[in-house]
Amino acid sequence: MAFWIASSPHNHQQSETSGLMRLVIYATIPGIFAQWYFFGWGNLIHIAMAITIVLVAEFAVLSLREKKIRPQLFDGSAILTAVLLGISLPALAPWWITIIGSLFAIIVVKQLYGGLGHNPFNPAMAAYVMLLISFPVQMTQWQPPLPLLAIDLQFADTLSLIFSGYTPQGYSVEQIRTHVDGFTMATPLDTVKTNITLGLTVVESMESPIIGKHFGIGWEWINAGFLLGGLFLLTKKAIHWTTPLSFLTSLFICSFIAFILSPDSSASTMFHWFSGATMLGAFFILTDPVSGATSVKGRLIFGALAGLLVYLIRKFGGYPDAVAFAVLLCNMAAPLIDQYTRPRTYGHNLGVKK
Amino acid sequence: MKIDAEYKELAWQGLWKNNPGLVQLLGLCPLLAVTSTVVNALGLGIATMFVLICSNATVSAIRQWVPKEIRIPIFVLIIAAFVTCVQLLMNAFTYDLYQSLGIFLPLIVTNCAIIGRAEAYASKNPVKQASFDGLMMGLGFLAVLVILGGIREILGQGTLFDGANLLLGTWATELRIEVYKLDSQFLLAILPPGAFIAMGFLIAGKNAIDNKIAQAKPKQLEQAIERVRVNFEN
Repeated sequence: MAFWIASSPHNHQQSETSGLMRLVIYATIPGIFAQWYFFGWGNLIHIAMAITIVLVAEFAVLSLREKKIRPQLFDGSAILTAVLLGISLPALAPWWITIIGSLFAIIVVKQLYGGLGHNPFNPAMAAYVMLLISFPVQMTQWQPPLPLLAIDLQFADTLSLIFSGYTPQGYSVEQIRTHVDGFTMATPLDTVKTNITLGLTVVESMESPIIGKHFGIGWEWINAGFLLGGLFLLTKKAIHWTTPLSFLTSLFICSFIAFILSPDSSASTMFHWFSGATMLGAFFILTDPVSGATSVKGRLIFGALAGLLVYLIRKFGGYPDAVAFAVLLCNMAAPLIDQYTRPRTYGHNLGVKK
Repeated sequence: MKIDAEYKELAWQGLWKNNPGLVQLLGLCPLLAVTSTVVNALGLGIATMFVLICSNATVSAIRQWVPKEIRIPIFVLIIAAFVTCVQLLMNAFTYDLYQSLGIFLPLIVTNCAIIGRAEAYASKNPVKQASFDGLMMGLGFLAVLVILGGIREILGQGTLFDGANLLLGTWATELRIEVYKLDSQFLLAILPPGAFIAMGFLIAGKNAIDNKIAQAKPKQLEQAIERVRVNFEN
C-alpha cells in the first residue's frame, strides 16, 4: 500500500471565490439596513438596478470573449461590484447614472483588462469616480436623512424620483433637498467644508441640523453598520486586518494632528471616522484582493497611504469626500508597493543585495 | 506601372497600415487634447496636413545639401516656418477657430508625426513621392482626428459639426446636427481621459479588422524543404 505524500500545506481550506464574495455581500447588510432606515429606498433601488445591469453586461462580455459563462457570471464578484456601486451613489440619483456606472464598471474597468483577477482598479470605485467627474450635478445631489425632510418619502415616491425626477405630487429632487427653513441640505462633510469657506468654525458647523447630536444624522449609523459588517468579515477571516487597521489609524493620526494644531478649522478624529464612506472604504473597498497590495507590509503601507490621501483631499481638495479618489490612487501605487515589500524568502539573508 | 504601385503603397501605408494616429501613435498630444468636437479636429487636422505636405516637400528638395549631423535642427526650422504661416493664416481667416485651438496650433511644431516623416521618408526620397507621402500621412492623421472628434462630440454633447461656422463661414451654421438631446453633458467624453478611452477603442477596432483580414486570407502553403535522407552508415 503506497501512501500519497503531499508537501505542505496539509490543511486545505475549500473555499471558492463565490463563497468569499457571498460572505462580503452579507457583511454589507447592516450598513445597507442603516442606509434604508435613514435615507429610504433610494439606494436599494439603485443596488437592484445595478445588479441587473451588471449581470447583463457580464453575460454579454463573457459570451463575446467565449468564456465559460455560468461559473464566472455567478461567482459573485460582479454582484459585489454592483452592491458597492449602489451603496455609494446618491439615493436620488437618476436611473441612467446607475446604468452608465454599472456598464463602465464591468465592461471597461473589469472585463477589458481581462476579467476578475486582472483589473488594476476597483471597478465600483472607478465607476463612481467616472460618474462624479462626468455628472457632477447629479452625483452631488445627496438626499438629506428622512427625519429632516419636509416631505414624507415613500417607496413609490423614491421610485418615481429616480425614474422621472419628480414625485407623483410633483416635487423635484431639488425641492426635496430643501430644508423647511429654505436652505439646501448637504452631507455632513460637505456642510463642514462649505462652512469653513464661509468663515464659520467647525464647532459652529456641528450645530447645523444635518449633523444632529454626533457626527451627522444617519451617516454615523451607516458607518457603524459597515464597521459591524467589517468586524464580522475579520472574524470570518475573509479579509486581512492590516489594511483596515492601517487605513483607520492613518486617518486618525492625520486628523488628530490637524485637530490639535487648529481645532477651529479641522473636524474631530471621530467625525472623520464616522462620516462619508470611511468605514465602507476601510473594510469593503481597500481590502479588495485584486487591486490592493499583497504582502502584510505592503498592505500596511497601502492602507496608510489611503488614509493620508483621504485626509488630504477632504481637508484641502475640491471634493468633500475622497475615499474613491484615494482608492484609485492607491490602486495605481499597489504594484510599486508590492515591488518594494516582497517578503523575504525562507533561507535568504536579510537585506541581501543583488 | 511601377510608379503607380509605389504611390499605392504610400497611400496604403499612410491611411491604414502605418497610420500616424492609430499605429505609430505619434502626435498624441493634439490628438487627445483638441478632438472634443469634429470642427476642432478638422481644423487641426487640415493645419497639420498642410504643414506635413509642405515640410516633406521642402525637406526632400534640399536633402542633397543638408549635412547629416545637423539635419534635425534644420528640419525643425523648416517645420516651424510652415507652422508660423499656418498660424498667421488661421489667425487672419478663421479667427474663432484659431482661438478655440489655442496653444495646440503652434504646438504642431512639436508634433512628432511631422518630424518623423521628414526624417524617415522625405530626407531620402524625391520631392514628388515625399509630398504624396505627406498628403497621405496627413489624411490618415486627419481621419483619426475627425473620427475621434465625432465620437467624443456625439457622446459628450449629442451633436455633430457644432460650430462648423468657425471653420467654414456663417452658412455652415446649418450643418449642425443634433443627434439626441442631453440634459447634462457627458463630461468624461469631453475631457482628455475620455479621449484616451475612445482612442483605445479605435486602436482595438483597427486591430480587430486587421485580424479578420488576416484570417480571411487563404493561408500560403508552407514550402517544406524536402531533403533527401542520406544514410551514411551504408
